[in-house]
Amino acid sequence: MKLTLKIWRQKNASDKGGFATYPVDHVSKDMSFLEMLDVLNDQLTEKGEDPVHFDHDCREGICGMCSLYINGKPHGPLQTTTCQLHMRSFNDGETITIEPWRAKAFPVVKDLVVNRSAFDRIIQAGGYVSVNTGGVPDANEIPIPKTIADLAMDAAQCIGCGACVAACKNASAMLFTSAKISQLALLPQGQVERKTRAEKMVAQMDAEGFGACTNTGACEAECPKGISITNIARMNREYFSAVVSSENV
Amino acid sequence: MSWVTKTLKSTLGRKLIMALTGLFLILFLTGHVSGNLLLFKGDGGEAFNIYAKFMTTNPAVKILSYLTYISVIGHIIYSILLAQHNRAARPVGYAESKASTNSTWSSRNMGVLGTIILIFLVVHLQGFWAKMHWGQIPMVSYDGEEYKNLFLIVSEAFKQEWLVALYVIAMGFLGFHLSHGFASAFQTLGLNHKKYSPAIKALGQLYCIVVPALFASMPLYIYFTAN
Repeated sequence: MKLTLKIWRQKNASDKGGFATYPVDHVSKDMSFLEMLDVLNDQLTEKGEDPVHFDHDCREGICGMCSLYINGKPHGPLQTTTCQLHMRSFNDGETITIEPWRAKAFPVVKDLVVNRSAFDRIIQAGGYVSVNTGGVPDANEIPIPKTIADLAMDAAQCIGCGACVAACKNASAMLFTSAKISQLALLPQGQVERKTRAEKMVAQMDAEGFGACTNTGACEAECPKGISITNIARMNREYFSAVVSSENV
Repeated sequence: MSWVTKTLKSTLGRKLIMALTGLFLILFLTGHVSGNLLLFKGDGGEAFNIYAKFMTTNPAVKILSYLTYISVIGHIIYSILLAQHNRAARPVGYAESKASTNSTWSSRNMGVLGTIILIFLVVHLQGFWAKMHWGQIPMVSYDGEEYKNLFLIVSEAFKQEWLVALYVIAMGFLGFHLSHGFASAFQTLGLNHKKYSPAIKALGQLYCIVVPALFASMPLYIYFTAN
């Protein structure tokens, strides 16, 4: 395959940045999208140019490290992570536009790499359990109905990649935050800090500068892990009931 | 900052206001369209004029009307606050975006639709509501009691093609606004349930067609029966 890549290049956080166009040849249909970028970076390195910086880690679709806004969609045309996207999803001769996630809370570090530590701070604000839940065998001693465990596991599938923020017209992080709040609110281990958690995580989400939700459903449609916006409704219930009933004044 | 102001300043608190005022305005629209169906009665406007007097003088309706004014103003103010917040959340946009593949046009353009509806609302209130409250309206008498002949004002107004066209077009925009807003308000309130959400969505889709269509049929009916 022969491709033309239109890639966002930005030296550092304060650089204005702009698009650069690169032709790439000898791309196999069986390559993953990131492998195709590796080919480009080999070419650039051989020419003595600065390779394109992009985030990646496991390349198995489970770590949430890869990002990229490809041809107008987060993680490209398929509902999966960029590392699990293959070049067979593109046509020979195609021009592919690659941009970083765009959000005030996700500042560009370099090229396609954005700083997603805002998500870490949301988790730090309340996405934890501070009671001792025992060792691994103890987890099986706590009776949890299968339906509830399944719902919690569905929410816990969120890998924190940020595609929801990237897809949302308001750069809202409500799908991410709601998945993390839901996961713990559903389980008995999460009951101790339930109210404070909802209040603090929502407050941190706002403080980071993420937008508000318009219920467009774009996040759910683009989420590589299929996190449902029913979690956002649950977060709203958790938050509203927390603010009226918690003792945090 | 008290917990109340803190909540109302949060994104979720602001959305809550949008949802509650929006739902109240949906109730208002339902009442408004039902009452206005009297325009179709063909009694020369007697039932409509009696109804109009009741709506402007009854104390219970007065309370509801003040709630409506508050809802309209609250809905506008909080939409501006949220829109500003949301715009600031993405200072640099995308060069290429395929948003149409993941969301409906209405859901992405609620602000634009709302602004158009607001412009229509100004024209609408100025034409009928302000006249009814403070303007000079010819009187008509039924069974010895005097009534403002609002029906005459309405009938005269909708003899003008441009005004009829404006009303019909505005109702189209209202339909699109409601097509997203109806179900969205329930989702914001946290009311998302396997059993009821499909029914709410279906009701929303029905509502966003039927109510604006009924509203739009009124100027059309008057225009075609008068000319």
